[in-house]
Amino acid sequence: MYRYDSYDQSIVDARVEEFRDQVQRRLTGALTEDQFKPLRLMNGLYLQLHAYMLRVAIPYGTLSGRQMRKLGEIAAKYDRGYGHFTTRQNLQYNWIKLADAPDILAELATVEMHAIQTSGNCIRNISSDQYAGVSADEVADPRPWAELLRQWSSFHPEFTYLPRKFKICVIASDDDRAAMKLHDIGLKLVSRDGVIGAEVYAGGGMGRTPMVAPLIRDFVPEEEIISYLEACLRVYNRYGRRDNKYKARIKILVHEIGVEAYKRQVEEEFAHMRTLGLNPPTEELDRIRAFFAPPAYETGLSEEIDRADPAFALWVDRQVAAHKAPGYAIVNISLKPLTGIPGDASAEQIELVAGLAEQYSLDELRVTHAQNLVLPHVKKADLHAIWQKLEAAGLAEANLDLITDIIACPGLDYCALANARSIPLAQKIAQRFAAAERQAELGELKLKISGCINACGHHHAGHIGILGVDRKGVENFQLSLGGSGAEDTSLGQITGPGFSEDGVVDAIEKVTDLYLAQRESGERFLDTYRRLGMKPFKEAIYG
Amino acid sequence: MKILTGNDLVSGDVIWWAGDGWSRQVGDSVDVGTHGDDLARTEEAALRVVGAYVIDATITDDGVRPAHIKDRIRALGPTVRPDLTLKPNDADAGNWVI
Repeated sequence: MYRYDSYDQSIVDARVEEFRDQVQRRLTGALTEDQFKPLRLMNGLYLQLHAYMLRVAIPYGTLSGRQMRKLGEIAAKYDRGYGHFTTRQNLQYNWIKLADAPDILAELATVEMHAIQTSGNCIRNISSDQYAGVSADEVADPRPWAELLRQWSSFHPEFTYLPRKFKICVIASDDDRAAMKLHDIGLKLVSRDGVIGAEVYAGGGMGRTPMVAPLIRDFVPEEEIISYLEACLRVYNRYGRRDNKYKARIKILVHEIGVEAYKRQVEEEFAHMRTLGLNPPTEELDRIRAFFAPPAYETGLSEEIDRADPAFALWVDRQVAAHKAPGYAIVNISLKPLTGIPGDASAEQIELVAGLAEQYSLDELRVTHAQNLVLPHVKKADLHAIWQKLEAAGLAEANLDLITDIIACPGLDYCALANARSIPLAQKIAQRFAAAERQAELGELKLKISGCINACGHHHAGHIGILGVDRKGVENFQLSLGGSGAEDTSLGQITGPGFSEDGVVDAIEKVTDLYLAQRESGERFLDTYRRLGMKPFKEAIYG
Repeated sequence: MKILTGNDLVSGDVIWWAGDGWSRQVGDSVDVGTHGDDLARTEEAALRVVGAYVIDATITDDGVRPAHIKDRIRALGPTVRPDLTLKPNDADAGNWVI
C-alpha cells in the first residue's frame, strides 16, 4: 500500500489546521454560512437532513487495518456508532458536530487519510477495481496509476473549480468491477506489444442524463497518461457549461459537440502538452509502484477447503473469489444483511474487519462500489476461521451479486437531495426474496436503488433499477430494466408508470417470475432481458 | 400554519422555532405567520441556526405535522433506525412519517 511521504503528510496536516481556523471563525460569526459553505464542502463536510455529514476519502478503495480501525474509532467517538460505505468507495458519517470536524480530520491525518476533494467541482476520489493486484486477469495493478492520479489531482490549481464534479476510474482487467464507463473519465490499462498504456473513455456518468463513456483513445503510453488527462480536463474546463449545473458535466460537452470534435480538441491540446514536458518522472511512478509490489505470499499452501459445514460451503461458493497466488483467496464481506442497511457497518464491525485484515489479509482490505468490503489476501486454510468471526458479527451473508446484494443510496432517510426513501425499499425487497434457494435460483441479479435523479444508487446500471421520485409529496418508484455497470455496460430502460413502495416489490416479483419461466440455459436475468426485450416484461408487470 | 425549521449551527441537530427559542421537538413549533423569513435571518445572524427555512404544517391529533414527508423525516429521524429517532422506544414511530 502507498504510504505518505513528508510532503503528503505536511499537506494534509496543514489542511486540518486551516479548516480548524475556518470552523472557529464560523462558530464566532466571522464567517457567514455563505462564506463557510464552500470551505466546509472542500473538506467533505455537508449539512444533511439530520446533521452535518462528513465524507471521508478512501483512495481507490484500499485501506490498511490501522486505517479501518481509525474509521471505527471515529464512528464510536464522534458519530452514533456506525458509518456508511458509499458507491464511491468512500465512508460517510451521518451525525457529525461542526465543532468536532477539525478533530476528526486530525485523527484521520494520523493514519494518512482525509476528506479533501470529496465534494465540490473538482476531481474526486479516484475509484478502482476492488480486486486490483490480486486478480489473475489484470495486465497490471491499476493502483499505482490511481495513486499517481490522486497526487496529480490533489489541489491541482487549474482543476479546483471545474464546471462540475469530475470522477475518474482506473481498471486493468477485461472484467469491469468498477463501472468504469460510467465515470467522467475511465481508464482501462492494457498491454500493447508488452508496453503498458491505457484505453481512455470520456463522458460517461449517471445522474439525470446517464451516458456510457465512448472510447476516445485506444492507447496512451503509461508515461503520457497524466499529460493526456491534463488535455482532456483542459478542454472540458474551457468549454464545459457553467451556466446550467444540470448540463455542466463532461458527458454533456462530449454529447453536444460530438465525440469526434471532443477527441480532436483533446488531441490538439495533447500535442501542445507534449511540448511542455509535464509527464511525471519515471522515477516517481516507480517509487509509487514499489508500494504496490506484490506481497511476499507464502508458497506451498494447501488449496483444500474443508466444506463439511454446509453454511460455510455456501458462503465460500458465493463470497470467495479466485486469487492469483496459489493457496490464497479473495474474501468478499457482505454489508447487505437481509434486515440491515446497505453499506452500513457498526463501529464494532469496522473494528472486527480491521482485525481480520491485520490477522488474515496481509493488513489490507478494500471497499467496493457495491458497498461491500473485501479481504484481498486470505489463505484458503484461514477461510473457516474468518467465516466464523464474520458470522458472529452479522457479516456472513452469502449474497454477493444476488438480488439481495442491493446497492442503495442513503435516500430520504438521510439525504437532503433525496425524493424518496431507498433503504426501507431495499429491506422490503430483501425480505421478499430472503430465501437462499430463491436467490440462488435467480442467480446474478444486480438491483440498484436511488432516492433521486442524482443516481448515487446507480439505478441506471442495475439489471433491475429503481428510482425514487416525489409525486405531490408521496414517494413513488420508477422501475427500469437492463442496465449494467460491468464490461457490458448499458443503461436501464424505464418500464412504464411508477409504483408505490409495495407495488414496486410486487412488480419485481413479476419480472423475476417471467425471467425464471423464459430463461434459456446459462442465461442471467440480464441476458434474458436482452434477448426478449422490454415488451414481455412490461406485459407481465402492467398486464 | 407556517413553521420555521433549520439545523443547530454547532451540533447540526434539527431544530424548530418554538416562539421564544429553538426546540428539538417539532411539536413545540409555533405558527410564524408571515414573519418566518425575518426570524430566520435574525436567528442565523445570532449563530443559533443554519439553513433556516419556512414550511407548511398542520395541527393534527398527534400535534404539529409538517406537510412534506422530507420535513416529517427531519422531525422524527431516520425511519430505518428507530433507535436514533426522537422516539427510540417506539418501533412503529416511522409510520407517522408516511
